[in-house]
Order: sequence, then C-alpha cells, then structure tokens
Amino acid sequence: MPADEPDEPGDPVDALAAAWAAEVEGTSYVPMAADELQAHLRALAGLVVDGVLADPPRPEVGAEVGRRLVAAHFTGPATLERTVLLLARRLPAVWGDGVLPAVQALTGTLAAGYAEALRDRTLDEQEAIRRAVLAARHHTEQALHASEARFRAMFHEAAIGIGLGDMEGRILEVNPALTRMFGHTADEFRSLTVGDLTHPDDAPSVWRLYERLLRGEIDNFRLEKRFFRRTGEEIIGHLTLSLVRDGEGRPAYQLAMLEDATERHRLQEHLAYQAYHDPLTTLANRTRFTERLERVFAEAGPDPDRRVGVCFLDLDGFKTINDSLGHSVGDLMLQEVARRLAACVTEGELVARTGGDEFVVLVEDTHGVDRLVELADRLLAALATPLRLAGQELVVGASIGVVEQAVTETTASELMRAADITLYTAKNEGRGRWAVHDPSRDEAETARFTLSAALPSAVAHDEFFVLYQPLVSLADQRVRGVEALVRWQHPRLGVLSPSLFIEPAEETGIIVALGRQVLEHACRDARAWYEEFGPAAPFVSVNVAPRQLQEPGLVAEVAALLDRTGLPSDRLQVELTERALTIDEGAPLKALDGLRAMGVRIAVDDFGTGYSNLSYLRKLPVDVIKLDGSFGEGLREEELSDEVDERIVGTLVALGHALDLTVTAEGVETAAQAARLRTLGCDEGQGWLFAPALPSADIARILRRGTPLGPRPGDLLGA
Amino acid sequence: MQRPSWAPDEVDIERPSAARVYDHYLGGLHNFAVDRAMAARAVADWPELPRIMQANRAFLRRAVRHLASQGIDQFLDIGSGIPTVGNVHEVAQAANPDVHVVYVDIDPVAVAHSRAILADDPRTGVVQADFTDVSAVLDDPVTRSLLDLSRPVGVLVVALLHFVGDERRPAEVLARYREAMAPGSFLVVSHASADGAPDRADEHQSLYRRTATPMTMRSRDEVGALLAGFTLEEPGIVFLPEWRPDDPAAAPAHPERFTGYAAVGRRD
Repeated sequence: MPADEPDEPGDPVDALAAAWAAEVEGTSYVPMAADELQAHLRALAGLVVDGVLADPPRPEVGAEVGRRLVAAHFTGPATLERTVLLLARRLPAVWGDGVLPAVQALTGTLAAGYAEALRDRTLDEQEAIRRAVLAARHHTEQALHASEARFRAMFHEAAIGIGLGDMEGRILEVNPALTRMFGHTADEFRSLTVGDLTHPDDAPSVWRLYERLLRGEIDNFRLEKRFFRRTGEEIIGHLTLSLVRDGEGRPAYQLAMLEDATERHRLQEHLAYQAYHDPLTTLANRTRFTERLERVFAEAGPDPDRRVGVCFLDLDGFKTINDSLGHSVGDLMLQEVARRLAACVTEGELVARTGGDEFVVLVEDTHGVDRLVELADRLLAALATPLRLAGQELVVGASIGVVEQAVTETTASELMRAADITLYTAKNEGRGRWAVHDPSRDEAETARFTLSAALPSAVAHDEFFVLYQPLVSLADQRVRGVEALVRWQHPRLGVLSPSLFIEPAEETGIIVALGRQVLEHACRDARAWYEEFGPAAPFVSVNVAPRQLQEPGLVAEVAALLDRTGLPSDRLQVELTERALTIDEGAPLKALDGLRAMGVRIAVDDFGTGYSNLSYLRKLPVDVIKLDGSFGEGLREEELSDEVDERIVGTLVALGHALDLTVTAEGVETAAQAARLRTLGCDEGQGWLFAPALPSADIARILRRGTPLGPRPGDLLGA
Repeated sequence: MQRPSWAPDEVDIERPSAARVYDHYLGGLHNFAVDRAMAARAVADWPELPRIMQANRAFLRRAVRHLASQGIDQFLDIGSGIPTVGNVHEVAQAANPDVHVVYVDIDPVAVAHSRAILADDPRTGVVQADFTDVSAVLDDPVTRSLLDLSRPVGVLVVALLHFVGDERRPAEVLARYREAMAPGSFLVVSHASADGAPDRADEHQSLYRRTATPMTMRSRDEVGALLAGFTLEEPGIVFLPEWRPDDPAAAPAHPERFTGYAAVGRRD
C-alpha cells in the first residue's frame, strides 16, 4: 500500500503522518482505532520534521520517536524498517536534498532509540513472563505440597487400614491404622507380600478375583476376608482392593483398604448366638428349634419320602425340686440334664431347650419310629444315673412324647401339638417313660388336654359341685358318714367325673384351690345336717390331695373353716391316699398332726393299692383305713367267694383293728359281699348297694327317714 | 477439566501455550522459544495469521467500546490469556474509570502474569478456572466481590470457543452462563473458522493438537448455534474486520481472509 506520493494536498506533516500510518499498518498490533493511530503518528511526524528542519538540525529527537513507537506497541521489526525507509525517501522529497544529512542522522538515532526501548521492553516482558512462570510454579508446588500434606494426613489419620502394593504383590506402604490392625510394624509389613495374607478360610473366589485384578481385567473388588494378626488372633476385615494404573493405563499398583469388622462380627455372632441359644444350658432355644423344624418342612416340599421326628421331653417333678431345693440347684440340674441329653444325640439331631424343664430333640431325616424310640430310650437311660448336684445325689425322671411322621402328613405346628399331647400321655401312663404318638388316641387326649387347660377358669367360675355317698355301719346299715365327691358342671360337656380332671388338677396345682372349694361345700352341708340331726348327724369325709397337705396354711384354713361354719371337728374326716402318706417328714406330717390335734379324723383311702409299707400306719396319725374296692371284688358273688381275697381282707381288718383303726370297705355292690365283709369284721361299708353319690338334700331326706340302707341285714343273714 | 484444586497440573513450559503464542502474534514478548517456534511454523504455512490475530484483538477492542457505550460497566473476560496489550480493562476504563473486570483463564502462567500486572488495580481480578466449570467461574470469591450479576454484564469469550471441543458441550455451558446473566447483558464471541481458508485451517488445527489446547474450527451456522438464546447485535455473525469497523471505508478488500467470525449477542 504505497502512499508516498509527494503531491498530496494540505499540511505536509499531516501527509507524512498519513503515509506513515499506511506504511506501518499491520506490522505490529497497536490497540488503537485508525484515527487514534493517525493522531499518534501525527505527533511523531511533527517531532521528526521539526528536528530535521531546525537550524542547526536536532537529529537526536529521533531517539525519542523510536522510544514512543515501541511505547505504542509498534514492536514488530518491520515497523522500524518501513519507518526508516519512509523518512529517508519522503523528507528529502518534500523538503529537498538539503535535509538529507539531518534525515540520515535522525533515522540513525531513531533506530537506536527504538532498539533500546525494544530491548528494555523485551527484557521487562521476558522477566515478567518468567516471574509469572515462577509464580505459577510456586503456586502449583504449594498446592501440590498442600495436597500431599492432605493426602499424608488422610493416609496417616484414616481410621481404615490402607496399604499399597506393587504388581508383584510386594507391600510398599501401609498406614498406621493397618499396622495397628495387624500388630505388624510398617517395616515388617514391607517384608511381606500379599500372598502372606492368605487365610485358610479364604474362598477360592478371593484369589481368583485377585488374579483377575493383577491382570487388569477388573479395577476393584470388595469382599469380606479373614486375616491373622501378628499374635495369631483372627481379624475379619471388609477389604476393598483397587488397581492403580499408570498414565498409559497399565496396572501399576494395588491399593488395599481394609476396615476392621472383627468386633462388629463378634457382636453379630454373639447376638445371633443369643437369639438362637438358651443362655442357661447353651442348647439351642425354641426359636432355633422352630426355625430348623420349619426348614425341614420348607425344604422337603412335596417329597413324600422325607420323614421327621421329635422327642419331646419333660422332667418329672422338676417343680418340686426347684421349690424345695432352690432355683440355683434347679438351674444346675437343668444344665446337667442338658449336658446328658446333648451327649445322646448324633449327626442330624438337634437338642433344644424349649421351656422351663422342657427339652426337645429334632431328628431331621428318619425312616420310621424305631430310631426315635431308641433315642428316647437313650435319653431316659442318660438321666437314670443320679445327678450329683450341690453335694447331694438327686434322681430326676423324665417323660417323653415321641412323634415320627412323613412331612407330607403334617405341619410343623401339628407335629409339635402331637408331641405335646403324646408327652402328656407318657406322663399320664406313669412318668419315667416314653409314649409314641398314636393318632387314634389323639382325640381323647386332646379332650383331656383341653380340660386341663380349662380348669383354672372353671375353678374361678365355681363350676364344681359336691355329691355325697353314704358310709354305713355294716352292723346296722345306718348312715354313719358321707364321702364328699366333687363333680364338674362343664358348660359344654355336662357333668364330668373326677377321673377326668383330678389328675390334671394335681399336675397343674389347681387342685389346691379346687380342694379348698370342696372342703368349704362339704363343711357347710355337714353343718346343716348337724343343725337338724344333732349327734345323729353324719361326719363328712373329704379327699385331700398331697399338694394340699404341702400348703403351709392348710391347718389354719381348716380351723377357720370349722369355726366359720360351726361344724364340730369330729364331724370332719380327711381322706388321703397311701401315696400322700409315704412322706414321713416335713410339712405334710405336721399338717396331719395339726388336723388330728384339732379333732379331725384321718382316713387312708384306697388302702392296699400303693406300695404297702405297713409300718407307716404305726407311726402316722391315722384313724381309718378304707379298703380299696378291688379287694372286695372276690367277695361279691353270692355262692362262690374267693378264699384268697377273703383271707386278705380278713388280715387287713385284723391289722386295722390291731392298730385301733376303723376299717371301711369301698365298692360294696352286693348283699353277699356286705354280709361277708361284716363277718370278716369290717366296720363300715360304702357302695351302690347302700347308695350312690347323692345331692345333700337327698342325704338329709335319708337321715330324716332314719331307716337302714340297702337290704336288711337279717335278709342277708338269712340268705 | 473437573480436576480437584488439590491436585494441580505441573507448569510445563516445554509445551507451547495458546496464551503465549497469541501474545507473540500480537507482538508481545511474554513468550518463550517453544511458543515462538510454533508460531513460526504456523505463519510459514499461513502468513496471514498474525493479521488475523490482530483483527481478532481489534474486534475485542471495538466490542468492549460498544458495550461500554451501551452502559455496561462490568466485564467477565473468559480465556483472557496474557493481557499484554489492549486489555479489556484498559479499553473499558478509558470510557468509564469505574468499570470492573474479572479475567478468567486456566493457564497457570497466564493467571500468574495477570495477577502480577493487575495487582495494583482494585477494580480488576483474576480467577483460575476452566470455562466449562461455570460455577467455579461465577462462584469464585473474586467474581462475587467484583461483579454484580443481578445487573447487566459483558461476558467475553473471545478466541476461546475454538479451544472447546464438542465433547465438552460448549452450547450447554454457554446456556448456563446465559442463565446467570441479567437481562441487558452481552455475550461477545469470536471464533476461528475454516470457512475462509479450509486447507490452511486443517493444518492449523493439527498444529494446535500438540498444545495443551487443541482447536475446533466451526462454521458460521455452528457459531450461530452456540449463540442460541441471545439476540445478535448488528451486523450479526460476520468476519472479524466486518464487525462495526472504526472506518467502514477502510475495510479490507477480502474480509474472508481474516478467517474467523465475530458476533455480539444480547441477553433479553
């Protein structure tokens, strides 16, 4: 873009500035608009022209012009070249060749001034940019330093263990948490390899994952793994292993992060153990047993061949031991029993304690009841040896209900119900034995079972009433006394006899409350008779269960009852079974003494059916023996009497009389029987021959009539 | 680059830097041999490059003046590079001494240099952040203290977007800046393009691939797409020298040789 034509109109300095601007345009970046640039160069052109035309010329202004070009950022060398050429050509062309020396001198100082300014600017800017680099590096280093310090702090203070290893498995760095976890120092760690951290419990998958990570196939994995501490203790860790790759993506390091979960595990295990074990015996508990049993059913599905069995065991008389010897002895007994039971079972059998003195053995896969019966025998045998506890030898019996069924036949809960009922049967059949589940018996047992459960509420609702069976003098067949016999007015089943509920009442202890009610009824009715008939009124004989005798308040209770009803004590007789009397010491004996001291008579019921250690009769405060009906059975037939029975009865009567006891015969059903008993010397008789059990009003009617009961003695004698 | 601040890059002056190469094109001396060598290779292939860079810088000057004349008194210059000559604050403060300017760059050397030369000017500030990390730019304490984004602001992305590849979603990033800009704000854009000189542009792009900042040329339509949501100021998207020249009569004969687009958009 040449613009150096000398014939431009207007001011020659303006023209020079315009030509100058055109000449240097694009040689450097100058942050000016075109008009600003022209104004800037106009000032420089003025300086140049003034310097050249001055007299003498002042070429030194060229240096100032050069400096100001650089200051305006005319930093491109082409600017100087074009400026010098322009001035050298243009100034002589306008102002004549006379200015040539001045122009040459001025362009020289201009070049020098420009060079000096550009050198200074170059040095300044180079220094500035180097300072900037240094500052940036410093900043970066500080940031790196800070970042490294943060990383170091993170590494050192992290609560989880961190370790870095190379791809050969050598351990390079470990943090303090990891050293604490393992008990190794960092140096000891560095002498180890990852392979040294193998644990025998490691699943093969652990090391397969590790190999895959080393090959770079996976970048990380997370699992639970066991390790050994330096001391040999076990650590359970949550391990995350990550692959660290280099800039090119090749595996470079392995980074392990390990969280110590040992305590948590222990706690979990402890909680799980607690949830599934009985703390006293350490056997499985009911929850565990139930889960296992239900799993058998769940796993079996529709498999018709899978069978399952249980032995449901309950200690006999445990409550007595607990009550009399204390809970600590009771607990020791349960522990010893648990040990013995646990020693009996084999693979596939689980012993659990499911309640106070209830244990159950689950046999998961059976092929018939034989295995369970054998097991039940073993269990009973294991308990047969007396237990040595707290310095004494104790015998504990147990009853076992055995159930064995195909899983398709039943359910877990039905199986357990059957076991429960069968155990009840075993108890009923006489304790210390097992019974095998018999579905046909189930219904009856269920009824008993249900009755037993309903007893407490029945007592509370006063569902019991009392009937009286006369006891007659065999001499004149007149009423001497009555035996009170309890009946249950069941709301659905009607009147139930004692054979259905007395035993469960004894077992559950409800007999105490029931017995109290019966005594109360009997005394009130006897008092009514006494009021009406005076000395001719009958005594009332009331059955008292062994449990009642153990109640410490019995004597005081009876005294209060007599007092309240106004019944003379000689009108009350208490009947006890032989079994109740075999205890020769303690509370029961005291109770008998107390009652007798009050004037109450004591009768032994069912005499001869128990184990008859007759010596107790001498020692115990007894007034009456009641011969069990079975002895009289042989005497019933009119023509043919059993001689042995006759002799036994005769001997028992003689024995009773020798001890000054009244002898009463139960179960008298025929006139012949009554006659023979009278001949043998029996004092009193009781049975259908004379009267069945009757309501109190009927007894009063009999008394009012005052006639002998049954066939007249004379008729009998005459027969 | 979403790199946490506690893991900085190293300062590597063995690689050319776009900021210093640009400085060299503008006649600046804030550069190193490696930068000048790269510029020399580029110019050997494409002699007009220095003129294009100068035209770009001249557009920046004109655009800032235009915004100042529209009452804009705060500027956010993203990708400011090394503010060697004709800086935004110099241009703008010539019109209004109270103008506030925040310079943003990711190049640690450019940032350090900027901090050094701007240390004495309380109306200016420097932020080291990446353009695409919008919250890092806008929520930096320097930005917050100097700029009031509830008022109109001039956001400059001059000679920057061709260093932002499509994979970094520049349109979405710009949209996020737009959301943060009060109505009446302006966006100033210049962008390298192959539209004028496709052959040379290809080579040029490959040259920049060796720098820390590879280059993406975009067509006029693509540049227009980046400006979506802004109302273009006259004369729209044009070649660099064509945007509101100081002297319309002195416009170059072949503006397409200044192969790069210029545009200013207004946030309505």
